[in-house]
Amino acid sequence: MFKVLRKKVLSDTGNDRVVLLDIEAPLVAKKHQPGHFIMLRIDEKGERIPLTIADTNLETGAVTIIAQEVGITSKQLGRLEAGDYILDFVGPLGQAAHYPEHKHVVCIGGGLGVAPLYPEVKHLHEIDSHVTTIIGARTKEILILEEEMRKHSHQFYVATDDGSYGTKGFVTTVLQQMIDDQQPVDLVIAIGPIPMMKAVANLTRQYNIKTLVSLNSLMVDGTGMCGACRVTVGGETKFTCIDGPEFDGHLVDFDEQMRRLNMYKDKEKSALALEGCGGVGRCH
Amino acid sequence: MSLNNQSKLGGRQPMSLLEDQLRISGFGEVALGYTEEQAIAEAKRCLQCKKPLCQQGCPVNIDIKDFIGLIAEGKFSEACEKIKEKNSLPAVCGRVCPQEEQCEIKCIVGIKGEAVAIGRLERFVADHVMSMEREKVDCAIQAGKKVAVVGSGPAGLACASELAKLCYDVTMYEAFHEPGGVLMYGIPQFRLPKEIVKEEVEFLRQIGVKIECNVIIGKTLTIDDLFAMGFEAVFLGTGAGLPYFLGIEGENLNGVYSANEFLTRVNLMRAYKFPEYRTPVHVGNRVAVVGAGNVAMDAARTAKRLGAEVHIIYRRSEEEMPARKEEIEHAKEEEIQFQTLSNPLRLIGDDKGYVTGIVCEKMELGEPDSSGRRRPQPIPNSEFTIDIDTLVVAVGQGPNPIVTQATPELQVNKWGNIIVDEQTGATSIPGVYAGGDVVTGAATVIKAMGAGKIAAVGIHDYLIAKE
Repeated sequence: MFKVLRKKVLSDTGNDRVVLLDIEAPLVAKKHQPGHFIMLRIDEKGERIPLTIADTNLETGAVTIIAQEVGITSKQLGRLEAGDYILDFVGPLGQAAHYPEHKHVVCIGGGLGVAPLYPEVKHLHEIDSHVTTIIGARTKEILILEEEMRKHSHQFYVATDDGSYGTKGFVTTVLQQMIDDQQPVDLVIAIGPIPMMKAVANLTRQYNIKTLVSLNSLMVDGTGMCGACRVTVGGETKFTCIDGPEFDGHLVDFDEQMRRLNMYKDKEKSALALEGCGGVGRCH
Repeated sequence: MSLNNQSKLGGRQPMSLLEDQLRISGFGEVALGYTEEQAIAEAKRCLQCKKPLCQQGCPVNIDIKDFIGLIAEGKFSEACEKIKEKNSLPAVCGRVCPQEEQCEIKCIVGIKGEAVAIGRLERFVADHVMSMEREKVDCAIQAGKKVAVVGSGPAGLACASELAKLCYDVTMYEAFHEPGGVLMYGIPQFRLPKEIVKEEVEFLRQIGVKIECNVIIGKTLTIDDLFAMGFEAVFLGTGAGLPYFLGIEGENLNGVYSANEFLTRVNLMRAYKFPEYRTPVHVGNRVAVVGAGNVAMDAARTAKRLGAEVHIIYRRSEEEMPARKEEIEHAKEEEIQFQTLSNPLRLIGDDKGYVTGIVCEKMELGEPDSSGRRRPQPIPNSEFTIDIDTLVVAVGQGPNPIVTQATPELQVNKWGNIIVDEQTGATSIPGVYAGGDVVTGAATVIKAMGAGKIAAVGIHDYLIAKE
């Protein structure tokens, strides 16, 4: 059993509440490096789901995870409070990210993708890279981790679809501007919804800027055993759990990933309906 | 059939099976086992050979003749103890071992009639004794040296059990949330009830083995960490946890599963009880399974129970199928369709990316190849399509790469299998031993258990020599 040490609601606009949980898992905290993820199962009847690690605290043994309440498991996570327990929590999984020192890295986070981006930004800042961070969201209210990101970035930008904060437009609008201003960029890291990562990769491909993306594939075991997390990268089948989750954004088949992610949408709805959530809104 | 009239060289005692309708509508165990009377009658068919060849055929060298002799006398508990001297998982092995090509193939009775049903007898005594109190191992575990066993599948269970009996302080690490490895996630309930696996794991706990789930060695803890924590030896039994795919067009379409994923969703995560259990599985009306090993039969029979019409696609003929005969027969009884001499070429999907069909070509068997099996060759212009909603790929697995990636000094062969000394299970790292599918590639439960036992002896000798 793994104890919930802290819970915080990061944003709440009704339909897509985002919660942060600190889970007591000292062994995972100790081994965590940027890029890693965990798998959890809340209770006996629960699904095993992967979530990226947003932060760790070696003193308390806490591993911070952030989830958006969309599916049945994330809604259940959202109902947990400090002092509650979850049944299984395992990791850290995946390949750790390795970045160049003293280079200009543009870190782009969209929506919930800001959470897994945070440890990478922190790490790059520590190894003396020049960090430019661009975070984006549909609207100001659902922006997460802004202060934390700002603290570890040399340049910091926000883009909102509706223009309620920062630049009006997408993260690519800001990136395009930087490229137009002829700022030399050594590496782009983009984490967020698939359409965003695809758009970033399409843009940087034109300028031959190396771009890493982090995939949030469906998984069952997270250790290479099931092959659920297949992704086509440069024409080859890779497993997100053991080969990733970070891949060269110019080589990933995003359309296939999008399709695979939507595979259980109908089933998810029927599970939510059973919970009395009706597939929309929260259930509390 | 009267028990008394049966000649030793005649047929074996039949084992009753679950009724057909109950079979495919649920996950209840299919083979129901012997009654006491049947077991005694079957045991009496044994000739009690002076040099029992059956024992040589057993990877863990069970004293088969002796335990059968005890059954014939009605001494079931003693028979079970006799088996347990060599094999700590008789209820599992009695069910899933390929006895017909191990012990039973060597049975003298089998030359003129049907071999003694050694597997069924093993299962009988294990089930009979399971409800009774387990033997207690009497030793001061605290005084024993610490040994870590990585992976709680058949290899790990066998190794941990042997080491615990030798009074080592054993901790078994499991990546999943439940111990048992392939016995839990892979082999379906109708062939190996999970209660039996749990019972066997409970036995290990009773004899002092500590079990830590949700720990991935190579990630959560490295082998170096284990040594730093005071473990003096490590056994790696991490299994064949990396599925192979066919490498054909359309393989990443929605609805295409590896057998590992399909079986894990249904067995370990209980997707057949969705949405009460939250893990979904996508099974439509028509399922194809590519491959013809035991795993393929398990996947096909599982899909059948989930309500689908099921096709097995295999590029050779039925004669070459690697699955146990009994499993093939059970699959046929359950109306699984066999598309033999058929080779998958590509998959077709709809505009939403779900698989809708598998295009195959017909094959014929040519000259024998290096494996001694006749090589299948395509028949020109013989393409045909089977409409499907789901495809399960059951063409084998490679070794799970996590421990070897995290431990570069561990020597592996070109397929990623850990290289060991066959006599002891020793790897290239002193104090680290390995066995089971991670060494041999995908094999059987009993072979993995045999390897776990060999490594336990290897570890024992190593720790004695170290003193």
